[in-house]
Amino acid sequence: MKPLKIVVLAKQVPDTRNVGPDAMKPDGTVNRGILPTIFNPDDLHALEFALQVKDKLPGTQVIILTMGPKRAADIVREGYYRGADYGMMVSDRRFGGADTLATSYTLAMTIKKIGDVDMVLAGVQAIDGDTAQTGPQTAEKIDFPQVTYIEELIELGENDITVKRRLDKGVEIVKSPIPVLMTVNGTFDKCRSRNVKKLLKYKHARTNTELSREEDFIKELVEQRPYLHIPEWNVEDIKAEISKIGLAGSPTKVNKVESIVMKVSEAKVLDDSQDSIDLMVGELINAHVIG
Amino acid sequence: MDNFYIDTPDFKFQLEHPLMEKIIKLKENNFEDKDKYDYAPVNLKDTIDTYAKTMEIVGDICANVIAPNAESVDKDGGARLVNGHVEYAKGTAENYDALYKAGLIGMALPRKYNGLNFPMVPYVMAAEMVSRADASFTNIWGLQDCAETIREFADEDQKMRYLPRFNKEGATAAMVLTEPDAGSDLQAVQLKAEYDEAKGVWLLNGVKRFITNGDADIALVMARSEPGTSDARGISLFIYDKSSDAVTVRHLEHKLGIIGSPTTELVFKDAPAELLGKRKFGLIKYVMALMNSARLGIGAQSVGIAEAAYREAIKYAAEREQFGSKISQFPQVYELLTNMKAELDGIRALLYETTRYVDVVKTYDDLKNDKGLDKEQRTEMKKYSRMADVFTPLIKLFGSEYANIIAYDSLQIHGGTGFTTDFPIERIYRDARITSIYEGTSQLQVIAAIRGVTTHLFSNVIKEYNDSLDDKYSDYKSKLEKLTNDYNDAVEFVMSKSDTELIDFHSRRLVEMAGNIIITYLLFLDSQRDDKYLKSARVYLRIAESDNEAKKTYIYNFDDSALEEYKID
Repeated sequence: MKPLKIVVLAKQVPDTRNVGPDAMKPDGTVNRGILPTIFNPDDLHALEFALQVKDKLPGTQVIILTMGPKRAADIVREGYYRGADYGMMVSDRRFGGADTLATSYTLAMTIKKIGDVDMVLAGVQAIDGDTAQTGPQTAEKIDFPQVTYIEELIELGENDITVKRRLDKGVEIVKSPIPVLMTVNGTFDKCRSRNVKKLLKYKHARTNTELSREEDFIKELVEQRPYLHIPEWNVEDIKAEISKIGLAGSPTKVNKVESIVMKVSEAKVLDDSQDSIDLMVGELINAHVIG
Repeated sequence: MDNFYIDTPDFKFQLEHPLMEKIIKLKENNFEDKDKYDYAPVNLKDTIDTYAKTMEIVGDICANVIAPNAESVDKDGGARLVNGHVEYAKGTAENYDALYKAGLIGMALPRKYNGLNFPMVPYVMAAEMVSRADASFTNIWGLQDCAETIREFADEDQKMRYLPRFNKEGATAAMVLTEPDAGSDLQAVQLKAEYDEAKGVWLLNGVKRFITNGDADIALVMARSEPGTSDARGISLFIYDKSSDAVTVRHLEHKLGIIGSPTTELVFKDAPAELLGKRKFGLIKYVMALMNSARLGIGAQSVGIAEAAYREAIKYAAEREQFGSKISQFPQVYELLTNMKAELDGIRALLYETTRYVDVVKTYDDLKNDKGLDKEQRTEMKKYSRMADVFTPLIKLFGSEYANIIAYDSLQIHGGTGFTTDFPIERIYRDARITSIYEGTSQLQVIAAIRGVTTHLFSNVIKEYNDSLDDKYSDYKSKLEKLTNDYNDAVEFVMSKSDTELIDFHSRRLVEMAGNIIITYLLFLDSQRDDKYLKSARVYLRIAESDNEAKKTYIYNFDDSALEEYKID
C-alpha cells in the first residue's frame, strides 16, 4: 500500500471545561481573554487517528493545519511534539469573525493549495462552538466523501478505509473510498503523549510573526534549520475570494447568547426505596433512555 | 489538564539552582552535540528549558496515566506469574508503554546511545513524580539506572549492543544481587559463575531472591566467579540477556506494599552471561556504584510518596468537618499539616542538593575519562565525591523515614476512613514502608553516613552553608550556630570515649543531628532564592532544635556502664 498524505484540521479553543465565574461577559459572549487556550480535544483524537494510519503505512505524511490568530502556532508545535511531519497555519485578520461556512471555505482553499491530499481528518466538533459543521462542509467544498463520528479504525485497504461510526443508538461500520474526509469522535483512542525527542527537536519552531519577537539564538536556529519554520498563509496565498471569508462570508448571525443556569428545582432527589427506584425506571423508560 | 510538574513549582525552582550551570556546562561540553543531534540543546538557557519541557511530559503522563492506574494495579494484586515469567498488571504495562512511547526510557544515557544526555537532577525529578503517581511503578521505571552502570563500566562493544535498547525498544532492567542468605550482607553471594571455554561464555547457576523486576530484558547479575572464595573479592558482575531464556521466575513475593512492583525469586540454569568490567570488581566497585545511584532513587521515591501523602492530608483536612468546623482548623491537626510540609520541603531540598553533588562527580568523572582533569578540577571532584558519598545515605535515611512519618500522619488525619481502602492513603502508607528497608536499611545508611560525622565532613559542609547564609537571617543564624556547636560537642563527647561500639550505638543519633542541621540550613538557603520556603525553614528549625536537644540529653545522660544494659545475650 502506498503512503498517504493526510491533513489534520486542528483548532485552538478556549478551555471551556475549566470555566470560572468570569467565563462569560455580561453581554453573554465568551470572555476569551481570561480562558486558557487548548488544542481542541476532538482534534487530538483526529491527530491520533492520522498517526495510527502512519504507523500502519510508513512514509505517510501527517500535516497539521490550523486556522486562527497568530498565537495558534502553539497548535502546530503541539502537533509536531506528538508526531506530525509538517505543520502550517492560515492566519490573516481578514479571516476573523468567520462562521462554519467561511471557515470551511478557507480550509478547503488551503487543502487545495497543499494539493494531492488523500485524507482529511478533523475532530467531530470544537468545544467553543459545538456545531460539528466545519468538517462536513469542508468535505463538500473539496468534493471528498465524508464519514463522521469515527471511533475505530477497522481496516486500511489499498484504496479504501473501513471504520466504525458512533451514532446515537449504536454503531455503524462504513467503508469509504480514499480520498476521504473523516471527523473523529471523542470515543476514539486518546492521543499519544508528546515524544520527548520530537519536542526537543521542534520546540523552537516559529512562524515569521513569532520570530520577529524572538531571541537571536532562536532566529539563527530557524535560519539554519528550515524545518523549524512554520508557514503562515494569508488570503492571497490560498487564493481566497474576499467575499467568502471572514465576517463578509459568514451568513450566520448570532442573535443572542444566554447563560443557562440549571436550577435545583429541576432536579428530583430520590431515596433508595423500591418506590423511588420504580419511579426512576419508569421515567427513564418514558424518556426512552432505557427500554 | 493535571500535570505533576506544573502543579509543583519546587521542581522549576530546583532546575534553576545556581549549581546547575556548572553541571550543564560539564555535561554538555560546549554544546558540541547541537550539530549532530536535532534534539540537543544549543545553550545554557535552552538546556534548562529542555529539562523543564521534558519534565512537563513526565508530569503529564504521571498525572493522567500512572496515577489513575495506581489503584487498580494495587487492588488487582500487581504482576502475575505465568509459565515462569512475569506478566505485569495491566496498568503497569500501560504506564511503561506511555513512558516508552514518550521517549523517556534511558533519559540519562548519552545521545550516541539514543539517550537525552540528562544529568541526574531531572532524572531524579522524574522519579519523584512517578513515585507520587504510583510508588510501585518507580521501581520498574527507576531500574533504567542499570543502563548507567553499563555505561560506566562495560566495554564499548557491550555498550553499543545493550544501551540503545533502552530507548529504542523500551528494554527493562533489573539488578540481581540478593540471595536467600545474602541480603544486607552481599559478600555472602553464592550464585555460581563458571567460564565455559568451549562456548566462550560465562554460565550462571543458582538462586536469587527478592529481585525487583527480576524478569527484565537486561539483568545485571552478581555472582561468585572465583571458586573457593567467600568474600567480596570473589564476586563479579555479569550481564544476562532475557532472550537466552535460561532463567525462570520460581516465585513472586506477596508483599505489604509496592504491590505493582514484582519481587521475584529467580532460578539460573546454565544461564549464559557476559562479564561486565573486570573480574572480582563486581561487588567492591560496580555494585557499590549501582547501589549509590539506587539509594538516590529511593530518596526520590520517598519524596514522591511524601508529596502524595501530604496532598491527600491537606485535601481531606480541608473537606472534613467535625464539631462544626473543618478539621484543618484544629491546632493539633494544623500542626501536623504544617510539620509535614516542612519535612517534605526539607527532604526535597536535601534530595536535590545530594543529586547536584552526584551530578558534579559524575560529569567530572566523564570528563576525566574523556579529556582528563586539571589540578583544580581534580580537587573539586574529590571534594564533591566525598560529599556525595555521605549525602547519599543521608537522603536515603531521612527521605525514607520521613516518607513513613508523613504517610503515618496523613493517615491519622484521615481518621477511620484512612484505615479503609476507600482512600488512596492506605496504599501510600503501605508503599512507604519498604523505603527504609530496601537498597540498604536505615541502619545501613547510618553506617555509611557516620563517616560524615567522624571525619567532620558534615561539620565542614555546615560551615560552608553558614558562610553563604545571608545576614538578613541573623536571628536564625545564631540559633543554627548554637545547634551546630551542640552537635560538634556531642560528637566530641562520644568520640572521646574511644569505644567503637558506643560510637555505633549513638551513630544514628549523631547522623540525625547532623541531618537536621543540614536540612534546616538548606531550607534557609532556599529561602534566599524564594521566600516561600521561609515558613518551612522556621518550622523545621523548631523541629531540629527540639529533636537535637533530646538526642543531646540522651547522649550526655548515657553513663559509661549503660551500654551493657542494652546488649542481648
